[in-house]
Amino acid sequence: MSAGVLEVRDVQKSFGAVTAAKDVSVTVPQGSVYSLIGTNGAGKTTFVNMVTGYIKPDAGQINFDGRDIAGLAPRQITRLGIHRSFQIAQLCNELTVEENMLVAGAIHGKTGPSFLRRADDGSARDRALATLERFNIAEHRNRLIPELSGGVKKLLDIAMAMAGETQVMLLDEPTSGVAADEKFPIMDLVIEALRAEGVTVIFVEHDMDIVTRYSERVLAFYDGQIIADDAPDEVLSDPEVQRYVTGGPA
Amino acid sequence: MRMSVYLSAIIAFVALAAGSIILPDWAMFLFAMALAKGLVCLGIIGMMRGGVVSFGQGLYYCIGAYTATLIANHLGVSDIFLLTLLSAAVCLVVGLVFGPLLSNYRGIFFAMLSLALSMVLYGSLSKMSFIGGTDGLNIGAPTFLGWAPEGRPLQTALYLYVVAIVVISGTLMRIYFDSERGLITLATRDNELRVEYLGASVRNLMTYNYVFGALLGGIGGTIAVLALGHVDPEFAFWTTSGEFVFVAILAGYLSVPAVFVAAIILELVRSFSNLYFPNTWQLALGIFLLVVIVALPNGLGSLVSKRKENKT
Ligand SMILES: Nc1ncnc2c1ncn2[C@@H]1O[C@H](COP(=O)(O)OP(=O)(O)OP(=O)(O)O)[C@@H](O)[C@H]1O
Ligand SMILES: [Mg+2]
Repeated sequence: MSAGVLEVRDVQKSFGAVTAAKDVSVTVPQGSVYSLIGTNGAGKTTFVNMVTGYIKPDAGQINFDGRDIAGLAPRQITRLGIHRSFQIAQLCNELTVEENMLVAGAIHGKTGPSFLRRADDGSARDRALATLERFNIAEHRNRLIPELSGGVKKLLDIAMAMAGETQVMLLDEPTSGVAADEKFPIMDLVIEALRAEGVTVIFVEHDMDIVTRYSERVLAFYDGQIIADDAPDEVLSDPEVQRYVTGGPA
Repeated sequence: MRMSVYLSAIIAFVALAAGSIILPDWAMFLFAMALAKGLVCLGIIGMMRGGVVSFGQGLYYCIGAYTATLIANHLGVSDIFLLTLLSAAVCLVVGLVFGPLLSNYRGIFFAMLSLALSMVLYGSLSKMSFIGGTDGLNIGAPTFLGWAPEGRPLQTALYLYVVAIVVISGTLMRIYFDSERGLITLATRDNELRVEYLGASVRNLMTYNYVFGALLGGIGGTIAVLALGHVDPEFAFWTTSGEFVFVAILAGYLSVPAVFVAAIILELVRSFSNLYFPNTWQLALGIFLLVVIVALPNGLGSLVSKRKENKT
């Protein structure tokens, strides 16, 4: 088996009596699209949080590009090229859509953020606008965050994470809080944009139609453990997964 | 866009400098003090943009004033430029020591810790009889690159000096607020998690803002002591710091000129109500602040700023 861009080895994490990760191991190859499924509290967000540095694992290794990143701070992990979006979109409510994007661009800029260069300098705005256009939300650029629909918030959250050079993108429930008829268009847009840049994608999802349509491989979590790691059809027809995760044949 | 910042700076300088011709002595002194204190408040504004408020800027106001006085009295330096530079340097060093520590705290913890530091200084200075204890110290009139004016020319020179410093600091802070880091600071106020996950160090941002506040506080203290001719530990007392916070809240963080307008309003209200209602002027000030907070939650600056206000 070839080495993956992301290799998680025997990772453990408990919160008091709750075991949120138990012997979690997975190898994610470069450029693949993985989905994580599991009931509420199965440990999906904990997995994302550990890979992106929000939570330090109690034990185990997380190798990215051959380097153990377990326990690094989120901003250090971001700088290495692992970005994420959030189950609840994390945006700056007092800023406009464009300003949110400018913040992302300023932090990810080649020279680092400046004390002098205007944040809304022409080229920075062009870049922000280009990203917003790529995610189809440029028309909202002058609006404040609380005025936006759930779908637009999710897209902006992902667009901001994409402002830097991304190698791995973890999306925590990209379609939660999104109107039913927007889910597929949003996933089309996002997965296509990420694929176009060869980004390795890991997304958390409760909707099995989305899982089958967009992921090449599925990790099923149950009680902090990975109980299946295979192609979508295999995982969804696995009796254990049907019993503990999907609640019956798909 | 940058042009408009420089243009405003020139207009502000001309308008304020005109005061040196038209203002009577007492008013010129009042304005000089208000502008010096406004500098300290500008530092608080810088921190407010990142979501924290220092209740202890009297620390730097006091360190700046004592540094200038001690250097003037013991090393015989009277040049205002040199005194300002040296006090600022001392405040920079102190700011760099406490900045990284305080940048781990937010909200009430940041406010109380900064207050505690200033009160430690107040307490220590009050006990140090060799530098005047609670009586404080006097400082002679400053010289300006060898020129030693007296009377009205001295007052005018000092006033123009503080006007120049205010315009330069205000312009630099405006440029900083409008910069990439300035915008990231505003984002931090809103959502620290997001900023960290974009790869920026929030602690770093907070430290910078704290250090800028220390510098401005020290410069403000230096000018204040030169205008007053006297410094005492009250410079670090909590009521002094409280006044700076009062001005910062009155001004809001949206506009730089609003800070100095608010500082001047405070000084005017103080001296007039002191004259007419000697015992109730704090009450008048309190009611005024209440009205501003209710009518303009983002401060006086929201009257002129183009930034959209979040109604939710
Ligand atoms: N910071 C924390 N402190 C305490 N317990 C936590 C923490 N984070 C997660 N947990 C617990 O760990 C378990 C796994 O939670 P996690 O958020 O990873 O689930 P999830 O699979 O993402 O669920 P959902 O589908 O509801 O988002 C849960 O029992 C949760 O209560
Ligand atoms: Mg979750």
